[in-house]
Amino acid sequence: MDKLKIRNRLAKDKALLWAVCLLAALTAVPLFAILGEVFLRGYDQLSWSFFTESTPTAYKAMKAIEAGEPIPGGIANGIVGTLLMLGMAAVVAIPVGILCGAFLAENSKNRFAQTVSYLTDLLQGTPSVIIGIVVYIWVVVPMKGYSAIAGSVALFIMMLPLIIRSTEETLKILPASLKEAGLALGGNRARVMLKVQLPAAFGGIFTGVLLAISRVIGETAPLMFTALGCSFIRFAVDKPISAVPLLIWEFFNDPNLQELIWGASLFLLLFVLTLNLLSKYLAKKWNQ
Amino acid sequence: MEPVTPILEFNKTCVSYTKQTMAVKYVSAAIDRNSITAIMGPSGCGKSTLLRAVNLMHSLYPNIRVDGEILLNGENILSMEPIDVRRRVGMVFQRPAPFPTMSIYDNVLSGYALNGIRLSKTEKDETVERCLKSVALWDEVKDVLNKKGTFLSGGQQQRLCIARALAMKPDILLMDEPTSALDPIATAHIEELMKELQKDVTILIVTHNMGQAMRISSKSMFMYLGELVEYGDTAMMFSNPSDERTKAYLTGKMG
Repeated sequence: MDKLKIRNRLAKDKALLWAVCLLAALTAVPLFAILGEVFLRGYDQLSWSFFTESTPTAYKAMKAIEAGEPIPGGIANGIVGTLLMLGMAAVVAIPVGILCGAFLAENSKNRFAQTVSYLTDLLQGTPSVIIGIVVYIWVVVPMKGYSAIAGSVALFIMMLPLIIRSTEETLKILPASLKEAGLALGGNRARVMLKVQLPAAFGGIFTGVLLAISRVIGETAPLMFTALGCSFIRFAVDKPISAVPLLIWEFFNDPNLQELIWGASLFLLLFVLTLNLLSKYLAKKWNQ
Repeated sequence: MEPVTPILEFNKTCVSYTKQTMAVKYVSAAIDRNSITAIMGPSGCGKSTLLRAVNLMHSLYPNIRVDGEILLNGENILSMEPIDVRRRVGMVFQRPAPFPTMSIYDNVLSGYALNGIRLSKTEKDETVERCLKSVALWDEVKDVLNKKGTFLSGGQQQRLCIARALAMKPDILLMDEPTSALDPIATAHIEELMKELQKDVTILIVTHNMGQAMRISSKSMFMYLGELVEYGDTAMMFSNPSDERTKAYLTGKMG
């Protein structure tokens, strides 16, 4: 009797385990479906010139299609624009975000810090299209034109809360003994933060920065209001500039360029996946 | 003969974490220069709290209050700048805490880096060698000074932390159960080391290992529920405690 009961319970346990595994596997389906779709469609378009040449004009693309040739040109203008704007945004967002995160981690009981922390959460939840339209009013209108600067301001605002949060969380899980040991040697709080706590938290902070970059790299809406787009490679920061996600949207809207959508998408997807894997790898390595 | 002035003096020192309860109640005691003084007592008796008052660790936490006086060479540290006090009062923690991102070499010198004091290369080399020799770690690590401190064993890490504190040439070294995370062999090493160091520095050590107090200290404090119950010669206290509570603790009737 008892044996039967136990066997019953074990069987139930096994059934539940299988159900959980099945559901877990199901969650991976969308990811692999997307990867597969983009990979199969975009793989053919990837070539050296795809990364080194600018977007073709609709006329050139049309000619190529008529002649039955592959569309010439690539997404170099978008890659340059994306890297330029990300670089400018990151150069400001990383120090500001880390210092702010350090302040929040050190003063978690301070009313002002609590308010800032709460506002950071709100900023993180703000729809990117709204950030775009606000930056349009703040930067594009006074500068009388779309520009890489405006685009990087929008990306900066989006990266900031992610960097603040990851810095704060990483610093909070460091053992208190580390900070106390630093202070016990006579260091002031700023020095202990810079020489002991932040270096010890480097792995987590760096992971956070990579994740912040990979999160904003695909942002399209805020760049529509700010960077606008540009069909050639440009390094001027006060002029409209292209970006990979903007190009995807442009290709979608131009019947002659639609073939390029998948190559651009594949590039963006691989870039983000690489950043994610890199951040996972670094986090693991740092924790050893 | 000149009267020996105590290096450290607690004068009605009180520490409270909340308004209602005091963790340390009106402790008064004078600590002899170049001695080892042990603070004993059951868990929660306030011994660590008293120790951490000496280098103003409590000032990190705004709700902790320290009252009374703590005199270092006659000067009340409670009205001094924490940075000044901590340069003269070193501390070694229960868990060895070498700075994980620094090499052994940089760990020894971290006090200087944290105080913004620049040293020449020869001064640095001398300091590292002197301090590591004084904790008997030099021979073990002299070839791996550029390795991270966290690669060392627990006992070596703790000696590195002592070297790091000694590098600042403190008057007093506070030790908060420095061997409770170590094995008996490493513990013996540290205890031997403390007796050596006594020549240059006054040591105040918290321990709940009675044997340790007996082996190394010349004087002992017994604390119970925040009060300093008994303070005197270690040998005397262990053979003939004057308070019933001390007796109960030392004989194992209370822990």
